[in-house]
Amino acid sequence: MTPIVELDGLGVRFGKRDILKDLRVSLSGRTIGLLGPNGAGKSTLIQTLVGFVRPGTGTARVFGHDIRRDPKPIRSLVGYMPENDSFISEMSAVSFTRMMGELSGLPRDAALERAHEALFYVGLGEARYRTLGTYSLGMKQLAKLAQAIVHGPRLLILDEPTNGLDPPARTRMIRLIQEMRESGEMHLLICSHLLRDVEETCEEVLILKQGRIVHFSNLEAERAANQRFVELEAFGQQDGFAEALTGLGCHCESTGAGRLKMTLPVGFEVRDIYRLAAARDLQLRRLNYRRDTLEEIFLKAMES
Amino acid sequence: MAVYKRTYKAYEGALTPAWSRFLILPRSAYGRLMQSKFLVMYLVSCFFFPLGCAAFIYATHNLSFLTALNIPTGPVLKVNNTFFQFFCGFQAGMAVLLTAFVGPGLVAPDLANNALPLYFCRPFTRAQYIFGKMSLLLAMLSAITWVPGLILFLIQSSLAGAGWARENSWIGSSIFIGLLVWDVVLCLIALALSAWIKWRIAAGGAILAVFFAGAGFGTAVNAIVRTQYGSLFDLRRVIGFVFSQLFRELPPTTEVPVSDAWTALAVTSVLCLWLLSKRVKPFEVVK
Repeated sequence: MTPIVELDGLGVRFGKRDILKDLRVSLSGRTIGLLGPNGAGKSTLIQTLVGFVRPGTGTARVFGHDIRRDPKPIRSLVGYMPENDSFISEMSAVSFTRMMGELSGLPRDAALERAHEALFYVGLGEARYRTLGTYSLGMKQLAKLAQAIVHGPRLLILDEPTNGLDPPARTRMIRLIQEMRESGEMHLLICSHLLRDVEETCEEVLILKQGRIVHFSNLEAERAANQRFVELEAFGQQDGFAEALTGLGCHCESTGAGRLKMTLPVGFEVRDIYRLAAARDLQLRRLNYRRDTLEEIFLKAMES
Repeated sequence: MAVYKRTYKAYEGALTPAWSRFLILPRSAYGRLMQSKFLVMYLVSCFFFPLGCAAFIYATHNLSFLTALNIPTGPVLKVNNTFFQFFCGFQAGMAVLLTAFVGPGLVAPDLANNALPLYFCRPFTRAQYIFGKMSLLLAMLSAITWVPGLILFLIQSSLAGAGWARENSWIGSSIFIGLLVWDVVLCLIALALSAWIKWRIAAGGAILAVFFAGAGFGTAVNAIVRTQYGSLFDLRRVIGFVFSQLFRELPPTTEVPVSDAWTALAVTSVLCLWLLSKRVKPFEVVK
């Protein structure tokens, strides 16, 4: 797969402080999550990719364009939704989005048409002639998203897209991100400290800690791998149950009170567990595929 | 009414040339500025004096017209370098007030709500941003300063004949150079103060303070240090020295050499550019 973003020994320094240190990774997923605690360097990495910050060491490439040599082509291909409020309060949403489209190179008429489309798309169609200063926080977030997609970028960078949103607005934002991902027209790089947002939207996840990469994985692959773990809770006489499962190739570990943790062999049918339980007249009260949640991946990465 | 589908699609049409994109900013800002009735009224009032001057030039060449209207025709002022220097001085003052009205609305609204990252995450440079913002004010100042000045010069040339125009062509150059330099200095001061003071009224006040408080400060420096170089803090006086040189009306001795006046204007411009470069950035590093 063609890499979207390649970090090649990227380092950034503010004054005497190293913010990013020797980052090396190749990101090629449709949606990439950028995770890390506060101060890990997530926003700095994004700002470096869009050319706001010059790297001290190494470099990065976006769609093959070097951020040191070709910042302008990168900016043409990227849409950026910053974390904080970014708007001109006395402009209407449609004028603002149109101006941003024109600054990206769209002709006047095309920019106006795309501004209307983008605002309808994000759900601000009815409010598009209102001045941005009168918008609620959720609407401002959507307006930022509209200006980021108005010119049809190939890579959309979202910095904390659900920041400050109430649950319905958050759900709406997540749904929009999922729709954009499924449209197949663009790649998304989502920076967030909310694990649930990343888990719901991203295929790949890059975790930063103190300016270094501590974990990079494909969430889909990890989820698929983790489907081989099962936790079950049984009620009744359990003598020989674990042994029978072991005989079928499972690795079992009792955690007490009728609970078992099992690793299933390749090709194992889960219905065999029910068959064995029925043969022993055991009640299966709970049977879960145990997934390594993103939270566990994140916590492991933080401990490393 | 157009119906828009709620689907996302990429843009695949033609793009505008990169060099022309700075023009988007003045176009957008012009629409917002013209919503102020006060500004429109002031802008219109800036043309009264040039219209009066045009009428005066016409009258000086048509004394029979005044006689026909029973207007007494005594000794009439000549339309010469002194006349145009006075015109430039008057319109330069009007330009200061226009700058105080327009200037605060240039960069401050972008800084107030942190809009700069959205400009600079696009293929749009800081230089284009500054030039774009400056071009609107420069166009408006030009419209009330050197453009009417040159029109008056052309009217006088057409009425006085080709001989006068040939002999005084340097006046046209002086009008253009003197007022253009003043306009550029005003634009840079307005942009720099607008970039550092987010509150519009305060920014407007600061622009006026540069001219009026600068004059007071200069006088105080002259009195305390017993020098004449304090006059360089008074930018209206500084441009006055420059006009005197350009219109060949320089007295035998001036408070400060005219070269120092030019240097003061250059230093002011460089200082403003430095202030702009410190402020107009896509993000702020919090130390």
